[in-house]
Amino acid sequence: MIIKRFGFGLLTLFAISLLITVGIEFLAGDVCTEMLGQMAHPDTVAACRAELNLDRPVHIRYAEWFWNLLHGDMGISLANRREVSELISKRIGNTLFLAGMSALISVPLAIGLGVLAALYRNTAFDRVISITTLSAISVPEFFVAYILMAVLAVNFQIFPAISNVDSFMGFFERVKVSALPVLTLTLVVLAHMMRMTRASIVNLLASPYIEMAKLKGIRPARIIIWHALPNAWAPIIQVVILNLAWLVVGVVIVEVVFVYPGLGYLMVDSVLFRDMPMVRGTAMVFAATYVLLNLLADILSIFANPRLRHRG
Amino acid sequence: MSFFKAIGRLPWSARIGLLILLLFALCILFAPWIAPYGESQIVGDVWEPIGGTFLFGTDQIGRDLLSRLVYGARNTISLALLTTALAFLVGGLLGFLAATMRGWVDQLLSRFVDIIISIPTLIFALIVLSAVGTSIPVLISVIGLVYAMPVYRIARAVAMDIEIMDYVEVARLRGEGLWWIMRREILPNALTPLAAEFGLRFCFVFLLISGLSFLGLGLQPPLADWGAMVRGNADGIAWGFYHGLVPASCIALLTISVNLLVDWLVNKASGLREGQ
Repeated sequence: MIIKRFGFGLLTLFAISLLITVGIEFLAGDVCTEMLGQMAHPDTVAACRAELNLDRPVHIRYAEWFWNLLHGDMGISLANRREVSELISKRIGNTLFLAGMSALISVPLAIGLGVLAALYRNTAFDRVISITTLSAISVPEFFVAYILMAVLAVNFQIFPAISNVDSFMGFFERVKVSALPVLTLTLVVLAHMMRMTRASIVNLLASPYIEMAKLKGIRPARIIIWHALPNAWAPIIQVVILNLAWLVVGVVIVEVVFVYPGLGYLMVDSVLFRDMPMVRGTAMVFAATYVLLNLLADILSIFANPRLRHRG
Repeated sequence: MSFFKAIGRLPWSARIGLLILLLFALCILFAPWIAPYGESQIVGDVWEPIGGTFLFGTDQIGRDLLSRLVYGARNTISLALLTTALAFLVGGLLGFLAATMRGWVDQLLSRFVDIIISIPTLIFALIVLSAVGTSIPVLISVIGLVYAMPVYRIARAVAMDIEIMDYVEVARLRGEGLWWIMRREILPNALTPLAAEFGLRFCFVFLLISGLSFLGLGLQPPLADWGAMVRGNADGIAWGFYHGLVPASCIALLTISVNLLVDWLVNKASGLREGQ
């Protein structure tokens, strides 16, 4: 079953890469006529197409691109003639740092708060948390980002408003500079994860074995942590990983807000410049992370739930 | 009278949501009469203070922010409504079709949707927009098609439940055509669950559009658009001009009030189901 799921994930990735290539081919028209203008001499256009490898049919170019991709080569950026894979690998560490820090803070906090909200459900504490998280879910990321920036960077001047990290920074300096984007991402994913943790525990509280535990006179906190939580792991894992996958996409806007030199910023820039090899490369990285994380969620929930493990 | 009675029965959260939405609806319908100045008319200095001569101050090139907000409501909200409508038209139609026809049509459509759905929406939109460039019809069709995928799944699931009912079987035996069954048997019964879904999807579409125009890929200036207004005024935040937060709060206000209404709708629908 795991192998089957894995195979499906790989197939999806392959289909996505095909779709992106064909889509770009169909929609973008001719890059060369666009770059050189309508009045360019036919010879110049032909030379440009030969240089960019555009003079061969689509399926051969796709096969070539795919073959090169397997060898870690993603072509050359149209905007500044540098290797796409080099630019991406330079930026991807920054983005992973951002996403990783946010995950490290938000996941334990979300599960803890979710358990607390389930324990004190229908009290003022629960209601305050529920309203705060509901509003955090429904507002755009940049709203949260700018509020944080206005309060923490301008009013109190604790953190810098713009996070231009570079590779020469030490760990703590880097944490301080990227504190605001990390905080924004944390707040946005925290809300959703916490709500789902609370919901999946509260759902279980109606089951007969919890009733039994209650009748035995076990303390509510113990019931939730020892009796309800182990059965709630599967949905919680699912939600945590889906949110990590969301984090990968959420970084795009947050990186733009804080001018953080990550992959998302790179992608938006190359979209604005219509630098297709770059768009294709970054899009593939984002899509692959997303698909792989979803795959991981499925596999982990199979492990967390013994009943799924033995089903065909 | 019954209308006011119905409003009186609403919980306070839904009432607040409804009030805010009515306010925005007024802005959409009567924008030129409500806005004190023109959409791209320069009336003052850069970033005049909030609450002075101008209620919300002026923006990064000295246009009245309130007027921009009112026109922005018209542009952004109607764009999102159109897009959501397109998503429901395409997704709903294909979903019903898959549920009624089953077989290879269902398989083909469902696998295709599986693949598209596994690409994050923002990334998908970025790829397509980078290939075709931005214009209003492109924006509507791209985002509409992206969101047609989840709508397809829901519509198909809902229609599957209806399709096994006896009355659909009767209609089939009576010799009614595919289109008739979809329109007269499935659509009326699927309408209520899809209505709550419409509100929810509208929020997602609205947030995606605001996100895209925030990134500079939405409506192009001088058209007023909330997402682009946030980006344009955001540079001021670092110097203590909080004008960018005003359009951002409008976006937040709209999505929160739609969510409040949807919450109430969903509660009501599930309450009815329990009562049966």
